[in-house]
Amino acid sequence: MSGLSIEKLSMRFDLPNGTSVQALKDVSLNIAEGEIMSVLGPSGCGKTTLLNIVAGFLAPTEGQVVLNGHRVTGPDAERGMVFQQGALFEWMDVRSNVSFGPRMAGKSEAQWGENVDHLLDVVGLRDFKEKAVFELSGGMQQRVALARCLANEPDVILMDEPLGALDALTREKMQSLVLKLWKETGKTIILITHSVEEALLLGERLLVMAPRPGRIHKEYQLPFADLGVNADLREVKKHPEFAERREEILGMIWDMEEEIMGRAEAAS
Amino acid sequence: MIVFLIYAAIFVGSFFIVKFVVQQAATDYTSLKTVTFGDESAVTPNRIASVISVLTIFLLWGSFTGSSMVPGFLHAPGPFVGDATFTYTAEADGVDPDDATVTVRVFEVGTEVEDPVVEPGDGWAKNDSDNVGAWRSGLIRVDRNDEFGRDAGHKIVAVNGQPIAPGESVQTEFGRVGMSPKGTLNFEPAKGWQMEPIWLPPPEAVVSRLGEIASDGYRDSTLWEHLGYSLFRVIVGFFFGALVGIPLGYAMGLSNWFRGWFDPIVEFMRPVPPLALIPLVIIWAGIGETGKIILLFLAALWIMAIAARAGVSGVNITKVHAAYSLGASKFQIMRHVIVPNSLPEIFTGARVAMGVCWGTVVAAELVAAEKGAGMMIMVASKFQLTDIVIMGIILIGIIGFGIDILMRMAEKRLVPWKGRS
Repeated sequence: MSGLSIEKLSMRFDLPNGTSVQALKDVSLNIAEGEIMSVLGPSGCGKTTLLNIVAGFLAPTEGQVVLNGHRVTGPDAERGMVFQQGALFEWMDVRSNVSFGPRMAGKSEAQWGENVDHLLDVVGLRDFKEKAVFELSGGMQQRVALARCLANEPDVILMDEPLGALDALTREKMQSLVLKLWKETGKTIILITHSVEEALLLGERLLVMAPRPGRIHKEYQLPFADLGVNADLREVKKHPEFAERREEILGMIWDMEEEIMGRAEAAS
Repeated sequence: MIVFLIYAAIFVGSFFIVKFVVQQAATDYTSLKTVTFGDESAVTPNRIASVISVLTIFLLWGSFTGSSMVPGFLHAPGPFVGDATFTYTAEADGVDPDDATVTVRVFEVGTEVEDPVVEPGDGWAKNDSDNVGAWRSGLIRVDRNDEFGRDAGHKIVAVNGQPIAPGESVQTEFGRVGMSPKGTLNFEPAKGWQMEPIWLPPPEAVVSRLGEIASDGYRDSTLWEHLGYSLFRVIVGFFFGALVGIPLGYAMGLSNWFRGWFDPIVEFMRPVPPLALIPLVIIWAGIGETGKIILLFLAALWIMAIAARAGVSGVNITKVHAAYSLGASKFQIMRHVIVPNSLPEIFTGARVAMGVCWGTVVAAELVAAEKGAGMMIMVASKFQLTDIVIMGIILIGIIGFGIDILMRMAEKRLVPWKGRS
């Protein structure tokens, strides 16, 4: 069996003051190979926790994550991770960052050189491969991070708000790039975001999560990711269904935020 | 006080002169900033001020020591040198008071001197002559050659016509004439504003002493041996301190057990000044090289351990997560993530440790040593060889500064990513 399945995942954090927080409760879903799924939700809904469990950085209190027929117990090269920022290695130039995974696996440059250079071409950093990463702009750094993740050829790519720290224009360019890379490589991608538009554009499947306890609130199957592969993303946004979905989801998250604030007020 | 006022006057005066004379070339971006007061990045050291500052120190040093490197008109008034005269009025039993003149030859200490030749003069009180060194004072027994001595009730009642009694003094144009409790005159020639060489030698004396010690050595060792020994101790002590301290810091940053075990020791030893360990180290290891190196090892050890620990704690967890997700093993994460990420902290620690070691070695040599920069100035001070002391202080300062510059250059070359993550 291939693909990723998340089975009855629960996560409870015990706080030092004796209380505990139910970050996730009974989350189950299956993600097919080659699927791109975006996860959306108000803050505190457990989406980053979910991603960290899938990545293997956290062990769930209940349930399990199964990838390609075996249980996930820790971080591994089969699940690549793209962080919001700060995950590049400043002491290496761009090319060494991108080739980090293959090099750690003990491969020679003959084995990875061509692929790494190809990826640098794809993300448009061919002329920057000798540069130190701290000399690059934020958008370029995220492109390095994407290329680094892809160079390691993982089965699943986990993205934790990868475009969150970028400005609006760079972000739009990067959204196209993510779709292009998805189509080109056929990887399974799970992407966490705060932006409803981004979630709609980059999710064949969109998961809206609700907080306290963190759970799946609603799921959508969307056509926009496929449309966006070949079209301008601004054209995709003009699609009538796009606006409709955006309003629906915004309203949903708005209500959740209201509820959280109401609860906080009631508690105080 | 006068020196301070002159210094402040030069500070303020040169500010206005430079401001009005030198046209500030408005070329860089900072010059277009309208808000500079409160913008730290717009404040850069004014290089002209730095040059004037250094020159001022040497100018003040030279003019208040009568240096030959400073033109004569800039010299502060020097001590009186030459023949000083004053008159005294003496009384004796049964005779009228009589006046006589005292001629005192004031000479530079260290030169040959002869008493001036004077006529005895008339009257029962005879003229006297004597000599006294500049910046010194001397008792002058004027009654010795008088016809009526102390056994005849000889008593001085006035100097230059001004009455004087035991314990009092009279200012003359050549200096102060005091009277001891027993009635003897004490002449103290005017000192001027210059410093005596045994307090502060002029710059050229320090330079010539530097040349002399550089070629002839001091206390059986050449200058380079003295400085070389100090540097050698610092480098060896620091090397072993880093060799043990850095792995210890890494272990403390990576393992609960190491952290728990060594935390009390490191946190206790860190605030203990290395100087406080000197007596114990001397008791245990003597005053030889071993003791010095142990002391410097201890001075560097805790600083390096804490720096390495901070370097490990400072690793952004996302970098570690990213490396694990890329398939790196624990050893590879250590080698490719934790060590390079901690290098900036370690370099900062190394700079601090080198500074502390340099200070500690000089202090340890002041206490007891056979060779070394500190020993050189300590021994020189016991013989009032102030020029060697000052030369030593300047050399110690230059070497300490040089060490820091070298460390900074190494840091720039080896960890260019410092502060850039």
